[in-house]
Amino acid sequence: MSESFRIGTGAGFSSDRLEPAIDLVERGGLNVIVLECLGERTVAFAHRDRMANPKRGYNAHLERRMRALLPACHSAGTMMITNMGAANPRAAAERTLAVARDLDLSGLKIACIEGDDVSTLVPKDQAFMDEPGTLADIDMPIVGMNAYLGADAIRPALEAGADIIIGGRLADPSMFLAPIAQHFGWANDDAPRLGAGTLVGHLLECGMQVTGGYFADPGIKEVPNMAQCGYPIAEVAADGTAVITKLDRTGGCVTPATVKEQLLYEVHDPARYLTPDVTADFSRVEVAAMGPDRVKISKASGSARPATLKVTVGFDGGFQGEAGVSYAGPAAQQRGQLAADIVRERMARLNGRGDLRIDLIGVSSLFATAGLRSTDAQDVRLHVTLRSCEKEDAELMLWEVESLLCCGPAGGGGFRGAIVPCVMTKSVLIPRERVNATLEMMVA
Amino acid sequence: MTTLRRNAPRIVRDIAHARAGDKGNTSNINVWAYDPDDFALLKRTLTPERIKRAFPQLILGKVARYEMPHLCGLNLVLHDALEGGVNRSLNLDSHGKSWSYLILGMALEGDERAPPNGAQDN
Repeated sequence: MSESFRIGTGAGFSSDRLEPAIDLVERGGLNVIVLECLGERTVAFAHRDRMANPKRGYNAHLERRMRALLPACHSAGTMMITNMGAANPRAAAERTLAVARDLDLSGLKIACIEGDDVSTLVPKDQAFMDEPGTLADIDMPIVGMNAYLGADAIRPALEAGADIIIGGRLADPSMFLAPIAQHFGWANDDAPRLGAGTLVGHLLECGMQVTGGYFADPGIKEVPNMAQCGYPIAEVAADGTAVITKLDRTGGCVTPATVKEQLLYEVHDPARYLTPDVTADFSRVEVAAMGPDRVKISKASGSARPATLKVTVGFDGGFQGEAGVSYAGPAAQQRGQLAADIVRERMARLNGRGDLRIDLIGVSSLFATAGLRSTDAQDVRLHVTLRSCEKEDAELMLWEVESLLCCGPAGGGGFRGAIVPCVMTKSVLIPRERVNATLEMMVA
Repeated sequence: MTTLRRNAPRIVRDIAHARAGDKGNTSNINVWAYDPDDFALLKRTLTPERIKRAFPQLILGKVARYEMPHLCGLNLVLHDALEGGVNRSLNLDSHGKSWSYLILGMALEGDERAPPNGAQDN
């Protein structure tokens, strides 16, 4: 059997943990580590950051991650691929270059991939991808538009011998597929193999969600040593089959159950999972335990890639205020309900401006619309949310909730309140030939 | 995997595990029977009709179901079921990550006396 290609995850979302990533690079013997740090809304928030400061708009943890991982990757001979560039890949690459020079990593090759920003390429009245209407129907300012770039946008940087590849809206599984396909020499139209590589990417892109994270349910689904949970590794074979595993002496677990939960995570039709690279088919995937924390995946396939690329359009969504007060002990639920009624009445002076929601945490919050409530809760929290394009409306709501401390029901305490900016996103499609990914190599 | 049970299973969580994810205003929940012998019961329990009937205020669109019989799994796709989705919903859990436990709390088919998801509003 020929040698497998070892690829691992060093972040599965923008704020994912750093220490296990360092451990994985130091001990994993990896060819490549991928840091996947973007969601649809993360890009929109990053655009807001960039508008406030043209030198920003990339992942807030980029510098800390690079300071820790660049030397480790350099020592281990592991290359890194990341979409931490978010709304400003160039600034992220320049920042990384400065970190590399500061660490005396001279000669380090940092590839910056751009071209995902398609804000000048999408018509103002472009129809939405999956709902009626067009961009022109939204009366909020657009903050950015980014096309999902696939493996074909990443492979030139691999061919050019990059040590670090930084992009913006690089599609999550494509960051894994690109180095696998490049290593084994798969063509960009070899759909069955690209489908197999996409499955590897799909399983790894959310980091520890496949190694026991987001899985534990005490008494039924026990996960050992979760505090020290390790990131995943895939040992990929030339035929696209792979073993999902993790480092020894890390917490978490890799079992058929953890792999299956991730297999269909955010997938609709398992036979048609669309990415920029392929229409992947996960419907016949086999999942087999091979030993402790080793699970083999096989029989993923695929057919031709879509003719269009998905574009996320981000809008400035105004502000959201959240505030709460807690009640405990006898009749806590009734006192919390009274507080809710008082706030609703006092907020009526906004005359319906903004969207208001009031929950009683402990009685009914997450499942309120589903129609489920507890009775006789002894420890409840009034939780009020208001979203408006006017920040003043959110400020008024926070004030009204705080004033319950003196002119609300008996025994309320623990007021907290905060106002955060909001974004809204919509999806549209763009013909792929209209998008041109570009590559610039920076050498430390 | 066979599990020993002290009591007869009553809710989906007794025979299966699940994870929820979101795309826009659509929730998808993958559900897997621990024991292949329970897959038929899981399929009878989690029909699109039964799911939609359990949460009529929440699930405003259609429910689609994809089967992965060789892995004893179902993928439930709940359209227009996230209170507008992460962009619009004011639910604390605007992604509907907890929807997996809405499904895991449902009574198994044939055990309709079991209170779905604990106490009910009345």
